[in-house]
Amino acid sequence: MLNQLSISELTAKLAKREVSAREATQACLNQIQAHDGELHAFLSHDVSDALAQAEAADQALAAGTRHEQQPLLGVPIAIKDVIAVKGQPLTCGSRILGNFNSPYDATVTTKLRAAGAVLVGRCNTDEFAMGSSTENSAFGRSCNPWDTTRVPGGSSGGSAVAVAAQMIPGALGSDTGGSIRQPAAFCGCVGLKPTYGRVSRFGLVAYASSLDQIGTFTRSTRDAAVLLHAIAGHDAQDSTSVPQGVPDYAAALDGDLKGLKIGLAKEYLLGGLDAEVKRAVETAVQQLTRLGAEVVEVSLPHTEYAVATYYIIATAEASANLARFDGIRYGARVSGADPIELYANTRGVGFGPEVKRRIILGTYVLSSGYYDAYYLRGQKVRTLIRQDFLKAFQTVDAIVTPTTPSVAFKAGEKSGDPLQMYLQDIYTISCNLAGIPGISIPCGFSANPKLPIGLQFLGKPFGEATLLQVAHAYEQATPWHRERPAQV
Amino acid sequence: MEYEAVIGLETHVQLKTKSKMWCGCANSFGSEPNTNVCPVCLGMPGVLPVANAEALRLTVLTGYLLNCEIPRFAKFDRKNYFYPDSAKNYQLTQYDKPSTANGHVDFEFQGGTSRVRITRAHLEEDVGKSTHFERNSGVDFNRAGVPLLEIVSEPDITSADMAYEYLNALKEILQQGGVSDCDMEKGMVRCDVNISVRPKGTKELGAKIEIKNMNSFSGVRRAAEYEIARQIGVVSKGGKLIQSTRRWDDVAGITEEMRTKEDAHDYRYFPEPDLMPFEPTDEWLAEVKSRVVELPSARKARFMTDYQLPAGDAEVFKANVELGNYFEQIAKQAKNPKAAANWVINNLQAKLAETNEQSAQEQAAMGLEPADMTLLTLDSLKFKPEQLLELVGLVEAKAISSSAAQQVFAEMFETGKAPAAIVQEKGLAQVSDTGAIEKICDEVIAANPGPAADFKAGKVAALNFLKGQVMKQSKGKANPGVAGEILERKLKG
Repeated sequence: MLNQLSISELTAKLAKREVSAREATQACLNQIQAHDGELHAFLSHDVSDALAQAEAADQALAAGTRHEQQPLLGVPIAIKDVIAVKGQPLTCGSRILGNFNSPYDATVTTKLRAAGAVLVGRCNTDEFAMGSSTENSAFGRSCNPWDTTRVPGGSSGGSAVAVAAQMIPGALGSDTGGSIRQPAAFCGCVGLKPTYGRVSRFGLVAYASSLDQIGTFTRSTRDAAVLLHAIAGHDAQDSTSVPQGVPDYAAALDGDLKGLKIGLAKEYLLGGLDAEVKRAVETAVQQLTRLGAEVVEVSLPHTEYAVATYYIIATAEASANLARFDGIRYGARVSGADPIELYANTRGVGFGPEVKRRIILGTYVLSSGYYDAYYLRGQKVRTLIRQDFLKAFQTVDAIVTPTTPSVAFKAGEKSGDPLQMYLQDIYTISCNLAGIPGISIPCGFSANPKLPIGLQFLGKPFGEATLLQVAHAYEQATPWHRERPAQV
Repeated sequence: MEYEAVIGLETHVQLKTKSKMWCGCANSFGSEPNTNVCPVCLGMPGVLPVANAEALRLTVLTGYLLNCEIPRFAKFDRKNYFYPDSAKNYQLTQYDKPSTANGHVDFEFQGGTSRVRITRAHLEEDVGKSTHFERNSGVDFNRAGVPLLEIVSEPDITSADMAYEYLNALKEILQQGGVSDCDMEKGMVRCDVNISVRPKGTKELGAKIEIKNMNSFSGVRRAAEYEIARQIGVVSKGGKLIQSTRRWDDVAGITEEMRTKEDAHDYRYFPEPDLMPFEPTDEWLAEVKSRVVELPSARKARFMTDYQLPAGDAEVFKANVELGNYFEQIAKQAKNPKAAANWVINNLQAKLAETNEQSAQEQAAMGLEPADMTLLTLDSLKFKPEQLLELVGLVEAKAISSSAAQQVFAEMFETGKAPAAIVQEKGLAQVSDTGAIEKICDEVIAANPGPAADFKAGKVAALNFLKGQVMKQSKGKANPGVAGEILERKLKG
C-alpha cells in the first residue's frame, strides 16, 4: 500500500524507480476516496491537478532529477486550508470566503513546489484556525480515525486525520496555541511547530500574527525533519521571518541522547492531567533516561497565566486580522442599505459563533480604557513566560511535557463550554507565547478505548535540530509511531 | 472682548517613492482604476506587509529638514476602523513611536520670520478612493498603500494667512528636499485644520474644531477665515462651542458639522505584529543625513548676504533651485553679482521659457504627451555658464552696448559660440570713438528735423528717440552714453 509509506520510504522507492509518483499519488487519492466520506479530512482536493503534478514529477525523475536536488520530488503533501495555493479554493473553514480562490501561492507552497512535492488537497480546520476539535469548521467536523465519535483535535485536525488515516504521508498545518501538536497527539502522529520566524507566514491566513507558525504533520520524526527543511528559511515577504541558515535536520538525527539534559516541567504535571496520560509521560521520561539523557526538574512559574494571556493577545490580533473579511473586495457578501449594514449582514452570516466570540473579546481588550489592563498587561506576562523558558534552557537542552491533559474527547463533549475547550491547550499554548519550537510524538495509548497519547518536547529558539534528535531517539526505542488505526 | 485664533495643522503628504509602502506596486497617479494593485494592497487573505526602505529614508529625511529629533526606536501600529476604501479595515501608522518628533519650520510672514513647531512627522499608508455613481459605488485601490507622511504642527498658527504661508513654506521644503512632489492637483497634499478661539491674552485653549480633508492651500485659508469668524461669532454672543469635526463646502464657502466628540471613533491602536520595530543605525542615519539640502529660507538669506542681491532676486533663486544653482556657478567670479543675477533671471530664464514653450507646441503637434517631451534644461544649454559670465563682463566693461549684448546672447543661445567670437564676427564692439559717433549724430539730426526741433523746444524725451536712431545706425555698437552727450551738445549748441 503505497499510501502507507513514510516520506523517506517513498522517496527511496521513487529514486530507485520502483514506484512512480503517479502510483503513489493515486494510492493516496484512493485512500481519500475510500475514507474521507467518513473522516472528512479534506475540504477540497483536485484529482486531475494532483495527477498532473505527479506526472511532472515522474518526468523529472525520468530525466535524472534526484532527491538531493528536490527532496520531496513525487511526494504527495496536503495543506491545511488556511494556506494559500494559487488557483485553488481557500476557505479557512469559513463561509465568509464564499467561493474565493487564492490568486497567489503562500511561500511554503512555493517552497513545496520547488522541492517537487505533489500538492493533493486542502485539509479541514476549525474556522480561521480557532478551535481545538475542528467542530468549528463551517463545513462539518473531521473525525478521529481511532474512534470516529471522537474529535481529531484542532485546529489543524484535517491535516492530522489525513496523515494518521494513511491518506497522505505528510501535511502542513498551522499552530497558534497548539493547533498542530494537539491534533497530532489525538491522532497519533508527529506534529512539529517550529520557532516563530523559522517558517515564512506569507500566505498563511492570519489568526494571531505574533503566535501563528506553519508546521508539519508526518508519521515519523525523520519525515518531520525532511518536511521542515523544505519549508523553513528566511523570506523577504515576511518581515518576521528570521534570516538564519536552515540546518540539515535529517542528517543530524542519531539515536544517542548521552550528554543531553532534559527538563521535566513540574507545573505541567499537576491537577487536571488524566491518569493514563500522566503514566504514559512518566514511562516516556524513564525511557529517555535509559537512552542516556539526564532528566531534571525545571520550573516555569508563570505557566498558570498562559491561557489567559493567550486569549487576550490572540483575540486582539484576530479582531484586526479578520476585519478584512467585509464582503467588499472578495468572498461572500450580504447586501445592506449602507456599508455598515453590509458589513454587519456579511459578517453576521459569514462568521461562526467561535470566531465572533474571539473578535468581540479581542475588540474589547483593545478598547479605549481597557487596553492597559488587558492587552498591555498580557504582553508583559508574555515576556515573563518567555523568560521562564529562556531561564530553564540555561540548564536544559529540551523540556518534556504531556501534549494534552487527556486523550481525544467525544464530539460535542466540550463544544458548549468554550472555557473547557480553551483548557485543551494548557500544555501547548506557552510555547507559542514564548516563540519557541515544540513537537508532539506518540508515546502510548489509553487502554479502553485505545486512543493515542502525545508526548511534547519544547526547545530553545531555533533548537529544532535538538528537538528532532531527542524525539527521534525516543521514537527509535518505542513502537508507538508504527501503530495505525484499525479501520484504515 | 477681543478674540484670537489658535490653529494647528495635520498635513498629509504622499512620498515620492517608485513603489507603494508595503508591496511592489507602482506609486503613480492617473492609471486606470485598480491596475496598480496586488494581493498585498488589496488586503487578500494571508498577505503580509514589507516596509518600503525608501519611504523610511524619506520620513527621516523630512525629520532632518524640519529640525526634528530622530528617535532610535519607531514602530507601526494598526488603526482599526471599517471603511470601504480601506483594504484591511485597519490602517498602518506610527501611533506612539513615530520616526520623527519635536521640530520646527521657520518662514517669512508679514515682513518677519515666524516659527511653527512640529510635533511629529510620522509614516502611514494612504487608502483607496471611493467614487459614488447613481446606483452604486466603486473603489479604486491604486492609491491604497501609497506611503503618506502626516506632519502634525503644534497649535502655533494664529491666522488664516499664517496657515497659508506655513503650508507654502512646508511644501517648498518638501519639494526641494526631494521628499514629495506635493502636486495638489494629484491630491498629493491634504490637510486637516484644527481651530479654536479664545479671549486674547488668555492661555486656556477653546474647544478644538477640526476641518477635515482640505486639498488646497487657498481652501485652507478661506475655511480658516470663515471658521475663525464663525467661532468668534458664537462665543462673543455667549454661545458654547464643543469639540467636533466639520467639513468645508468650497462652493458655498461655509463649514458644516460632520460629527461631535460623542461619536468619535475608538481606533483600538495596537502594535503591528507583522512588522519589526524600526531601529535605525548610525550608518543608516548618516546616509539619510547626507541627502539633506539647504532649506529654502536659509538659501534666500544666504543669496542676499553673499551676493548682495535684493530680496526679489533671492526669492526667485529660492523658488527655482536650478536657476539659483546656475547663478551660483558664475556668481562667485562675477564682479557685479547683481548684474549677473539680472542676466540669469531676465534673459536666460525668459529665453529658456520662450524656447520651451515653442518646442512644446511643436512636439504636441507631433502628438507627444507632456511627460514624453524633450525640453531644454539649464544643464543642456549650448553655452557654458562661464560664457554668460564673460558676456556680463563685456557689458560691465562697456566693451559692448546692452543692445549688442542682446544680439550676442541670442547668438550664443543658438550656437554656443563664445561671446568674444560673436562680437568680433558681427563687429559689435562698442564704439566710443567720438569722431565716428559725431558723424552719425550729424546724419541723424539732419535726417530727423522734427524730433530735433522738439528737443530744442524742451521735449526731453525726443533725445531718446534720436539716441535710438544713432544706436540703430551704428548697429548697436555706439556707446549710448557718449552718443547722448554728443547729441545734447550739438542740439543745445
